[in-house]
Amino acid sequence: MRCFIGIDLGSTTTKAVVMDEHRNVLGRGITNSRSNYDTAASIAKQEALVNGRFYLFRQALGSTGALNGQLDTFLGQLERDFRSEQYLEQLRDLEATCQRNVATAKFGDSAGAVGEALTEVFRRLAVEAPTLFAPGAKRKSDFFRDIAGAQYLATGETVAKDAGIRYDFLLNVFDRSIIEVENRIYGDSIRRHLLAALERTFVELPDTAGRRAEVEAPIKGILDMAMEETYVVGTGYGRARLPFSKEHVRSEILCHGLGAHVMYPNTATVLDIGGQDTKAIQVDPHGIVESFQMNDRCAAGCGRYLGYIADEMNMGLHELGPLAMKSTKTIRINSTCTVFAGAELRDRLALGDKREDIMAGLHRAIILRAMSILARSGGIRDEFTFTGGVAKNEAAVKALKQLVQENYGELTLNINPDSIYTGALGGATFAWRAVVEEGKVAEARAA
Amino acid sequence: MSATFVPGNLNELLMCFDFARSLPETNALQNGMRKKSGKFIMDAERDGQSEDVCTYVKADLGMMLGGEVGPTGDPLPTPDILLLSYTGCFTFMKWFELIRHKYGCETVMLHVPYQGEGKVAPNMRDYVVKQLKETVIPTLERVSGVKFDIDRLRQYMRESAKAEEDLVAVLQSAKNRPSPIDGYFGAVYYIGPIFTAFRGMPEATQYYHVLRGEIEERVRAGKGPITPDGEMTDEKYRLVVEGPPNWTSFRDFWKMFYDEGAVVVASTYAKVGGVYDFGFRHDPDHPIESLAEYCLGCYTNLNLPSRIDMICRYIDEYQADGLLINSIKSCNSFSAGQLLVLREVEKRTGKPAAFIETDLVDPRYFSAANVKNRLESYFQMIKAKRVATAAAH
Repeated sequence: MRCFIGIDLGSTTTKAVVMDEHRNVLGRGITNSRSNYDTAASIAKQEALVNGRFYLFRQALGSTGALNGQLDTFLGQLERDFRSEQYLEQLRDLEATCQRNVATAKFGDSAGAVGEALTEVFRRLAVEAPTLFAPGAKRKSDFFRDIAGAQYLATGETVAKDAGIRYDFLLNVFDRSIIEVENRIYGDSIRRHLLAALERTFVELPDTAGRRAEVEAPIKGILDMAMEETYVVGTGYGRARLPFSKEHVRSEILCHGLGAHVMYPNTATVLDIGGQDTKAIQVDPHGIVESFQMNDRCAAGCGRYLGYIADEMNMGLHELGPLAMKSTKTIRINSTCTVFAGAELRDRLALGDKREDIMAGLHRAIILRAMSILARSGGIRDEFTFTGGVAKNEAAVKALKQLVQENYGELTLNINPDSIYTGALGGATFAWRAVVEEGKVAEARAA
Repeated sequence: MSATFVPGNLNELLMCFDFARSLPETNALQNGMRKKSGKFIMDAERDGQSEDVCTYVKADLGMMLGGEVGPTGDPLPTPDILLLSYTGCFTFMKWFELIRHKYGCETVMLHVPYQGEGKVAPNMRDYVVKQLKETVIPTLERVSGVKFDIDRLRQYMRESAKAEEDLVAVLQSAKNRPSPIDGYFGAVYYIGPIFTAFRGMPEATQYYHVLRGEIEERVRAGKGPITPDGEMTDEKYRLVVEGPPNWTSFRDFWKMFYDEGAVVVASTYAKVGGVYDFGFRHDPDHPIESLAEYCLGCYTNLNLPSRIDMICRYIDEYQADGLLINSIKSCNSFSAGQLLVLREVEKRTGKPAAFIETDLVDPRYFSAANVKNRLESYFQMIKAKRVATAAAH
């Protein structure tokens, strides 16, 4: 089938959206941007295509009724088994890479012991793997680096102590190996992993095994069907790194404007707060950008600001919003300079202000900066769509709602749960338009 | 030697007293283009100038601290007089105060009333003429020891008017499609002589005569503008630009335009040393009055509605796709109000506009990735609008 793909290479994460020729979104994929945009783009695209296959599995199995009543359970299990297969393969790769790197490391007499410790660490990691992908298991991140890293650090410390070797040797090997491993693309093994996962799912859900033939046929049919990359459009800061010509590259301003329009066709104003920039965009009724403003010279008031605050507070990024929501008192933080904010934070804590109140003040400070950029772009018009990573933060949304109400009155605020994919969605829509409306064909891909 | 500024530059008058002319903002921009301004600015900051001070001023002060070696590496003579012939930029006045403090030389100031009502009233002109006759000319006579000869002034003005005529023809050649020139980056080289120490000299007149011939030949041949990377062949976007270019990354900045097929067809910056395209010429028959009118008519002396009118007119007459504003971080006088200009021009012309911020000569304030990102977004926005408009008809 023909697929239209948008890839958004952001400073923090890389996102991809796959669309069919009827403009249905088939799949979405996300990965950490690493320092390697080429890999990030390939992996995000691959993830989106896998996600697309799951969408098609659901459609096919849903229409045959083969799993009547058990479709969600089955596909949920299949996806976890698939992730688990992928994880185990990467883990084996990581182990082999670590062992290779021990051989070239300067660990002196300890090299042998470090190698043995590694074997033990990875044995334990493999044993723990299934619990990571058990139903209802919470993972802090879906990226291999984060999952494997957390496991490795915890297990490694114990193993190092027991074996009487230096823990920092294990850390050193991990740091050198993880970059190699996360920059490898396992595109060839997806089909194999899906088939292996299918077998495991039949084992996990024995009552579905009886309907094996009816379940397996549509899944294999979809696996055999090529998802042709008919046209790809790239956007985001890393777009120049995409291995295709200018025709296939669009500014993220245009992609965000169009993506927001596709999600909410009545969108007039878009606010996007991403990792390192804040964009205010005005779009016309067709999703075409009319004007835009961005933060300039300084990334204060962007997602990274929250990341910095989280580090200062020794908290996870996703814990900030919920903490700020507990605030009962308004504290005005006047500086949106990231570095000053750290100083102000400590000053406020020293004065005895509560963490949640300070957090609420910091969220408001970010939004105040966004309000100024919005004003510069021509103000907020109805409907107003908020996108980007910060749109997931409830405290930021609360501050925004309040300030919009105070300054512009009552209007519709749209926040899509998939708003992180807005730019990629716009890119996929541009890809679709290029082929279906403008009759373009993709050029031969440069290596 | 006389130091004086580009807007309201009374070059013909200074030549009547045998003064050599030195223009501090031109020295600063030359130092910017030659990558020397960064150090000068930091030296000036170490000497006590704040981060927010105009970077032309700091580059100049830093150059003086470094022993008065000019942009080309040759020593600059110290001025005998400072002629402040345009007061619309308040910073100019402060700048000369600092220079006067350093050299202890004579300063003569011409107060030029602001065109707050959007026009030059007769009493405004009389006021400037009176100052020229009663203060400026006598002071220049005294300092130089040369007697003022109005016929000498008339002769220089005849040369000026000829060169001005040719300059206008060159700048207006951008009304052609494709435009044979870039009216912003390229125009910097066209306005150079006439906005500085050469207006009124026969050599300048000859330069503009030759230039006009060359450009007219390009029009006949249907050629696009010359860029540092050769001729631009595929004109995709026609823009009007407000605000000076960034000098420290001038070539990189320009490349961001021509790589995308964008040509600037008209710019307000190409008018800072004289607005000639609406008919003003130096007039040998009324020399002093015409000096007054020249100062009063400077682009920097126009109020916001007049600037908006001018930009809208350019967009229309040069068939431009839209307006781009390059706002200067360290220029408080002329960056103020630019967003209002942008909104109003968008509203009146229906053409898309965009806003970027850089600086004159402080290399720290040119963020290439950000500027490029915005420019590319803007060009794509124009393209998307064009496709949508074509589809609607």
